[in-house]
Amino acid sequence: MSLLKRLIATTALTAAMFTLAAPAQAQTRIALVVKSLGNGFFEAANAGAREAAEELGDVEIIYTGPTEPTAEAQIEVINSLIAQQVDAIAISANDPDALVPALQRAMDRGITVISWDSGVAPEGRAMHLNPSSNELIGNTIIRLAADHLPDGGQVAILSATATATNQNIWIDEARKVLPNYPGIELVTVVYGDDLADKSYREAQGLMQTYPDLDAIIAPTTVGIVAAAQAVTDAGKIGEINVTGLALPSEMAGHVHSGASQSFAIWNPIDLGYSAAYIAHALATGAAVAEPGATISIGRVGEITIGENGEAAMSDPFTYDASNVDEFKSIF
Amino acid sequence: MSIVLKHREMILVAAIGLLLALISMRFPAFLEPRNLVRVFDDTSILAMLALGQMLVILTRCIDLSMAANLALCGMVVAMLNAAFPGVPVPALIAGGMVLGASLGALNGVLVWKLNMPSIVVTLGTMTIFRGSIFLLSGGQWVNAHQMDDAFKALPRTVALGLPVSSWIAVAVIGLFLILMSRAPLGRAFYAVGVNPTASVYAGINVGRTRFFAFTVAGMVAGLAGYLWVARYAVAYVDIAGGFELQIIAACVIGGVSIAGGIGTVPGAVLGALFLGVVNNALPVINVSPFAQMAISGAVITVAVIFNARNERKKGRIILKRAQGEGAA
Repeated sequence: MSLLKRLIATTALTAAMFTLAAPAQAQTRIALVVKSLGNGFFEAANAGAREAAEELGDVEIIYTGPTEPTAEAQIEVINSLIAQQVDAIAISANDPDALVPALQRAMDRGITVISWDSGVAPEGRAMHLNPSSNELIGNTIIRLAADHLPDGGQVAILSATATATNQNIWIDEARKVLPNYPGIELVTVVYGDDLADKSYREAQGLMQTYPDLDAIIAPTTVGIVAAAQAVTDAGKIGEINVTGLALPSEMAGHVHSGASQSFAIWNPIDLGYSAAYIAHALATGAAVAEPGATISIGRVGEITIGENGEAAMSDPFTYDASNVDEFKSIF
Repeated sequence: MSIVLKHREMILVAAIGLLLALISMRFPAFLEPRNLVRVFDDTSILAMLALGQMLVILTRCIDLSMAANLALCGMVVAMLNAAFPGVPVPALIAGGMVLGASLGALNGVLVWKLNMPSIVVTLGTMTIFRGSIFLLSGGQWVNAHQMDDAFKALPRTVALGLPVSSWIAVAVIGLFLILMSRAPLGRAFYAVGVNPTASVYAGINVGRTRFFAFTVAGMVAGLAGYLWVARYAVAYVDIAGGFELQIIAACVIGGVSIAGGIGTVPGAVLGALFLGVVNNALPVINVSPFAQMAISGAVITVAVIFNARNERKKGRIILKRAQGEGAA
């Protein structure tokens, strides 16, 4: 396997060198550097970046990364990209700080550097693209339930631990947007501690305590899978919709059984697509990475760069019976 | 009254009854037969594991690796099912039990032949088992859509009013009852725990008895591994994380003495049921998640205090009587 990965890496690098040897073209060469090669999530991001390159026309995507997900290996990749004089590097970093010197060297040579997915410290990049933001996620988890409740109804949240930072922020944001969804009543928030057995029991408890419950929202993968199984076992498929944040591979079965109508998570294809668009805009001078700047990202819409040089791509992507099979083998 | 109080099982039954009464004050539907069946089914895995753990504790050892053993066996059967959907479920269960028993036997051999303290051995193997799951699976989950329907359906198939997982637990409890009361090996577990030195003179091999305790505990963990992944329809590295402590807590509540030699099958099962009732009641009686942990902790502590007092009283009564006789 590792040999195969190494072969892929070498091939990618050799391919990159060949293009270097070719006469200079009026092309923007964007290196999409990932945490490690051979990961379905990043392969999908690469597909998105290529889609963007086709739309933009004069862009060449160099998809590369180390075989092991370490910062040292990524630094080697960055150094070779500097030597190849690419126009832009869009990186998902294995370490926010360790890569800074190498990326600064790249920026000194006039290479545009952005990070996406997993960020680099601000001094090592022009901007960072987050897949989403807390506000967008909070809104999405309520919308997922509300989409299937046109007449309103009771929803409950099944979270991870009561002290989980991410989940608590998302739930706070969800509470803030509740007034925008008339008829949707958030009856309670319970905590499954990201343990399958406890989450399962909490979901059973919800069904007992709130007989009219219409949806369980679980913004955590262990929770959503356990809740979907609990609803299935209780024979309440169709009565209670389980939704929230999860990976397509984990939820495909429960979407097909009907326990879950839809759920959301970032879409790696869109992420690679947007990273390529942004890198292109910055490298060609069409946009400047400064707080408040807006950059168009094709079919995904546009992003606005925030205070610390970070931007949020979009709402988490919604998966349902129509597209979950396409993604379940990716991540 | 004193006869009733002498039997820890009776106290536990009373405590569970009291608990149920308290819960029904806040949530009457909890006492519906359908719900009680659900609670029993939810507790069946814990009850089986508590019985396995009881054997080990009886021989003055402890097995911290049971939950990790469960997780490893669960992951292996889930991966086998995902890779070879044709393999019949009973064969997978048997495979899981054999694997679990060999992992338990590994603990047993280390304790027996190398004479190492069981807490150190099983702390080590616990980490090894968890690490092996990661190596095997590469950190990937086995998800519901990768398991076939028969694999997931077996534990939840209802037969004669109870799900199959509950019936499996009933069968395991029955086997343990026979083992502990009728088989020489069952009596040896007690003998080794009460007095290892005397057991040697009685012709019982202490190390070998411990080895069998670990092996049986491992076999139970292997069986529970299948039931766990089939019940929750998912297998990943952290399944049953921290569950080893629940298992030990069930034993301790059930009156199994950590010092070894004391413990009964009904006690361990009731201890597990007690925890099961608490675990299933907490979500429906609407208490804050922060209070939940404190409540279940307090309940365990109270139960242990009860047990400790009970054990001590026995000794004192004998002494008093002896003193009284001496004076007379």
